[in-house]
Order: sequence, then C-alpha cells, then structure tokens
Amino acid sequence: MDENTIICRCSDVTLKQIRELISQGYTTYDEIKRLTRIGMGPCQGKTCGQLVLREIANATGRNIADLSFHNIRPPVVGVKLHLVAEEAENNEE
Amino acid sequence: MREVELVIIGSGPAGLCAAVSAASAGASVLILERSFRPGGQLIKQTHMFFGSESQYASYRGVDIADILLDKIGEYGDRIELMLNATAVGFYDDNVISVLKDEKEYFKIKAKSVICATGAFEKSLVFPNNDLPGIYGAGAVQTLMNVYGIRPGNRVLMVGAGNIGVIVSYQLMQAGIEVAAVLDAAPRIGAYLVHASKLARMSVPILTSHTVKEAIGTDRLEAAVVCELDDRFQPVPGTEKRFDVDVLCISVGLSPLNELLAMRGVEMKYVPQLSGSVPLRSENCETCIPGIFVAGDASGIEEASSAMAEGYLAGLCAAAKLGHVPDDFESRRSEYLKQLEDLRSGPVGERIRAGMKISQL
Repeated sequence: MDENTIICRCSDVTLKQIRELISQGYTTYDEIKRLTRIGMGPCQGKTCGQLVLREIANATGRNIADLSFHNIRPPVVGVKLHLVAEEAENNEE
Repeated sequence: MREVELVIIGSGPAGLCAAVSAASAGASVLILERSFRPGGQLIKQTHMFFGSESQYASYRGVDIADILLDKIGEYGDRIELMLNATAVGFYDDNVISVLKDEKEYFKIKAKSVICATGAFEKSLVFPNNDLPGIYGAGAVQTLMNVYGIRPGNRVLMVGAGNIGVIVSYQLMQAGIEVAAVLDAAPRIGAYLVHASKLARMSVPILTSHTVKEAIGTDRLEAAVVCELDDRFQPVPGTEKRFDVDVLCISVGLSPLNELLAMRGVEMKYVPQLSGSVPLRSENCETCIPGIFVAGDASGIEEASSAMAEGYLAGLCAAAKLGHVPDDFESRRSEYLKQLEDLRSGPVGERIRAGMKISQL
C-alpha cells in the first residue's frame, strides 16, 4: 500500500521510499532530502516536512519537537534566473 | 534600492490590521501581497463571524476584508498595497527580495518588518492521495468562493473542525452534495453552531473515522473509510465506501513563517500552535529587534486573534520606529486585553499553553 502513498507531491516520493531509507539508518530530514529531493520542489518542504518528521519520530521513538527540519533558504518560490541576473546588473553596489 | 520604513508581508486579517494600526500612528507602510486580491482567507469566508464587536462579529469575512481595505484607503498617503508581489527572500540586512507579476524581481530595504504570512494546509497520508479530485479545504474555498467554480458534484470531507464543517456547508449552499464528514478524533472539533447546520441538513458526521484509501484511475472515483479505535488504529471490518468525485482534506494548518526562519529568527516547534513558530515578546516582536510576527504565522488561531495581533504588532512596530501616539499605552493594553479575552476559557487552553512556551 505504501507504494501508492505520496509523501512529497513535488517530487513524487512515496511513503515506502521514506520508510525504507529510515530503516537503513537515514534518520534526519536532511539526509532523506539529499537522497530523494524531498523539500527541494515548488513547496520547499511545506507539505512533506511534518509528514517525514513524524515518520522519523515514530521509527526512532524521538519527539517530533526535537527533530530538525532543513535550513530554509531563498527563494521561497521559483524565480527565473534571467530576472535575478537583471536585478544584479541594475543594482550593482 | 528602495527603502521603506515598515514592510508588512501579507494582507490577510493580521497584515491589514497591522497596516492600519501602524499608519494611524504615523508610520509609512508597504504591504506585499502575493495574490492578485488582498484580504487573505477573509475573502473566502461567506459565513458570519461571531465573537466580540472589536473583531467584527456578525459580519461575513468577505465584508470584513472590505471594511479593513476601506480603512487602508483612509491612510492612502501612508500605505502602499502592492499586489501580485511575493516576498521570496529575507536577508540579514533587512533586505527583502520580491517577485512581482512573475516577471519583475527587485529588492527592498526595510527598517522594520511585520511577517503576517498566514498558514499552510496540512496534508494526509493514504494510498492514492495524489489522485485529481483530492483537494485541501482552502483550495475548495478558493475555487468556489473566489473563482465561482464547482470543485465537483459529491464531496467527502475529512476533518470536522471549524474549517471542514464550514466548507461543507458552503459546498451545500453551492448545490454540491456532501456525502459525509469524517474526523479521526472521537468528537467534533467545530463549534456547535456550525456543526448543527450540517446535522439539520442530515449530513452524517463520522467521528473516530479516517480515510483508508482513495480509489480511481485517472481521477477520484471513490473513497474507503474505516473506524479508528481509541488509540487511533484502524478497526478491521469497519470499511465503508463512498462514491465521490471530491475528497476535501481539512486536517489543520501549519504556521507559514519560512521568511522569518531564513532571516535567522529563533524558532521553536510548539505542538499547541500547530508547528514551528518564532519566539516573540508580548508585543509580537521576535528575537531580532524590529522584526515582528502576527496572525497564523505565529501560531494557528482564528481570524479574530489575527486581527488583534495585527493591531498590536502594527502599533508596537510604529512606536519602535519613533511614531509613538499619545494613546500608545491605552491602545496597547486594549489589544492585549482583546487577545486575553479571545484566548480565555477552556477553548483557549491549548493556545495559552502554546503562547507560554513561545514567549521570549
């Protein structure tokens, strides 16, 4: 059943994949992110964040409040690179 | 680079009230709103609010947005409302990068910032949860109440909190059938007045139930639900099938405050406030002086507390910028009193506990 259960809808990562990684010892959000791209799509982890942390908490017996999420970096939504380049040219300091 | 005295991110109930409050004290305000229409969730609320007069009880949410926007208009020389403008980055020197109309990208430097970015819908884990036809309650409200589009013909609502129950009633008002409302909890979370409306329309509210799986090939065709025991485990043999083309997920919200986290504001996971929230003072100021938070971004509550927090944050941000009105103390105490009243009694117990943990 876990194969059809989506945890990360940006990158189509399933509950099965997440549980397998946790059972292999990948018990931080950052490690799972590096292996699956969770948290790197359009929503930047807002959908999957708490779901993945809950899976980690359940599997490791740790409190979800003690688990760390990934570092949040700009931009929070996609910005076309040419816009960033143009801004930099117009705004040289 | 353009410099602004006070940037308010978000024009929902918290952001609009913060802008009115700060401008009335004398501050110059720029509001960044990512949508094409201001008002945040207020514009989707076709039901009347209750509570006290200072939070516009007995008005519909959509009308409250208009009242607040009229007030913003009164301070037209001091408040600029920029629409279709998403704050995408927030840096150490209080520079905010903005994406406008998806085709302009620029930076603004703020002396002070109020983050009133609201919330994000939580999702639910079950097989086939990515089928078209499965929506968050916010999306259903946006389609129906902002764009006038029917999300489908027959809906199963997951979540019997206020949002789930109110959206169910709005669906019925739009002529859409609501097959049932489920909730994993053993009792209905919504206020009785809202839940009773559904009961009178003979919509079953199934407590201690959850979605077992969604069924469909190209889109949702049915959902199977089952009962939960007192440890929230599925009870075998209790499966029921509902033939529906919409499954509406209303299982709560998380505070949306990634800009504050990116800026280096000290955050903490507070379950009572439904997620990670910034630590802040009584005046809604975070650990970084001049950076404030108001509304759901600081913890999930209701529009009424978002408005009171907005007024408080706006007043205190303006004062910090040197705009201290003569009635500063009386206004500050009034807003604090409103918040205390809104969080009083058994209903506010969770919020009070959360507030205690998240104070600086």
